[in-house]
Amino acid sequence: MYVAVKGGERAINNAHAWLDDARRGDRDVPDLLIDQIREQLALAVDRVMAEGALYDPDLAALALKQARGDVIEAVFLIRAFRTTLPRFGTSQPVDTGAMQIIRRISATYKDAPGGQVLGPTFDYTHRLLDFGLAQTPDIATAPEAEVSTASVPHILSHLDAEGLMQREDAGGPDVPDLTRAPLEFPAERPLRLQALTRGDEGFLLSLAYSTQRGYGRNHAFVGELRIGNVRVSAFLPELGFEIEFAEIMITECESVNQFQGSKTEPAQFTRGYGLVFGQSERKAISMALVDRALRAHELGEDLDGAPAQDEEFVLSHCDNIQSSGFLEHIKLPHYVDFQAELELIRKLRRDAAAAQQAAE
Amino acid sequence: MTDYNFAYLDEATKRMLRRAILKAVAIPGYQVPFSSREMPMPYGWGTGGVQVTAACLVPEDTLKVIDQGADDTTNAVSIRKFFARVAGVATTEATAQASVIQTRHRIPETPLTEGQILVFQVPIPEPLRFLEPRETETRTMHALEDYGLMQVRLYEDIAKHGEIARAYAYPVRVEGRYIMDPSPIPKFDNPKLDNSPALQLFGAGRECRIYALPPYTHVKSLDFEDYPFTASKAAGQVCAICGAEDSYLDEVITDDAGGRMFVCSDTDYCATRVAAQAEDAA
Repeated sequence: MYVAVKGGERAINNAHAWLDDARRGDRDVPDLLIDQIREQLALAVDRVMAEGALYDPDLAALALKQARGDVIEAVFLIRAFRTTLPRFGTSQPVDTGAMQIIRRISATYKDAPGGQVLGPTFDYTHRLLDFGLAQTPDIATAPEAEVSTASVPHILSHLDAEGLMQREDAGGPDVPDLTRAPLEFPAERPLRLQALTRGDEGFLLSLAYSTQRGYGRNHAFVGELRIGNVRVSAFLPELGFEIEFAEIMITECESVNQFQGSKTEPAQFTRGYGLVFGQSERKAISMALVDRALRAHELGEDLDGAPAQDEEFVLSHCDNIQSSGFLEHIKLPHYVDFQAELELIRKLRRDAAAAQQAAE
Repeated sequence: MTDYNFAYLDEATKRMLRRAILKAVAIPGYQVPFSSREMPMPYGWGTGGVQVTAACLVPEDTLKVIDQGADDTTNAVSIRKFFARVAGVATTEATAQASVIQTRHRIPETPLTEGQILVFQVPIPEPLRFLEPRETETRTMHALEDYGLMQVRLYEDIAKHGEIARAYAYPVRVEGRYIMDPSPIPKFDNPKLDNSPALQLFGAGRECRIYALPPYTHVKSLDFEDYPFTASKAAGQVCAICGAEDSYLDEVITDDAGGRMFVCSDTDYCATRVAAQAEDAA
């Protein structure tokens, strides 16, 4: 006699115990320290901070450890923690012109004030496995140049001075918050940018790539890509002045796109904008291209139904916590719905067979 | 931080949710946007229901959580444990003893009573979504009561299959106004939505929507005069455990030679009947 399976609770507890055990792996291998993840898997930590929308390298490293290196799972842990944190207020706009730069390149000018700085990039490495890293080699310290504290003006500001760059709306003091109000369409650009900066890197990369291949084509130059530390400050009404409370590393990308002009606007360059926590230039460039593609409507460009130009499509599907949650929920029991489908299919087949028999 | 607020969510968030719920109750069947929070379980796993439950719970409540009609399915266990931990409320498997019931895909067989709240987990709240993928369009369609597309779709089913080929998430009309998705309950459960003495709340976390059926709301499953709605289940079967003829049945495969049996999907209903039968026999 079949007895309804009991013991879901015991199964869950055992599954969790097994997960803890599997996470630790071979006990003869030393346990991974949070510091090691933060220092040596820094780009994974950056991605978790960016998509988790919380700047805290130690917590991101902890999340990566807890998630066994599954980045989206780690992002999820950070998001679920983030949502419990109180909101104190809004920071002052970050001045990326005052960034302490570790990397800064422009594809549009050979040289510009502030120079080109390659920084710690994979760009010109030959992708040959470095078998030496399988050991624990001593790594020499990199040569250092004199630290410059001078402000490095944005490349696009030079075009701006010539009047060739479309002016951006400075925005008001009331910044909308994606996490405090449901997203409704059409969305304003600040909300779009918020959604993109925490959107899934892979999704944005593919969308950006699709614009390059002609789905909503609008050729982008990387006007400037810069990575470095910026200071974050807030104005506290109780004190009556601004205080700095953090220094964070961010990646900023400004793309330059041609715009042929419309009835109201002369021909000029337009900008796609990407800003991402940490060192995440693939994401920042992707974000800039997608941001620009989403501006097609406001700029009166030809809309050819490309996914990257479709605000509702992009914003509804870019969040990997939403998409992975819903995708994976189909693992949950669906016996009841399936049973209903089963009965329906059987009935439709019975009816069809009866009709066929009657016809013969 | 050492502890979470009662029922996990902070009070400001609960206030936001309660406002959305009140609005939903005031406009039965209308989908109210709310600023859904990230929860410590994945989107698609009941975050909407969990937020609605969290906003409704008070310390005196007794909570029941079911998934597929059963109290012991893994996700039901997980959500019940969550609230036992973060709200410390009493939990039960008995439908009649619960003041709040969170459910996925079923309405309990035991009739609900006044004062009870039934919270549905909803994956896709928009009944028109598979006819029109754009939210901007479907909101306008609801506003204008422009439901022709749905009628045509149901008619096409009849033209093709001789009946409306919808087995679950069968659309309903609420008080003659909004077309509503009752969540993926089998259409067998649809009649229980109508004129229920309990408050029925629907939460869709990922899609940021809450909607409601206040007690004693008229809920009609869509149909045509000559093709009336029928609440169907496994044809000609009774529960192999308790012998119920009136409950929704799950089909269980018992061997690899085509053997199968049918048992109540509502485990509390089934166990209560078995206990009563044992008592009668004694």
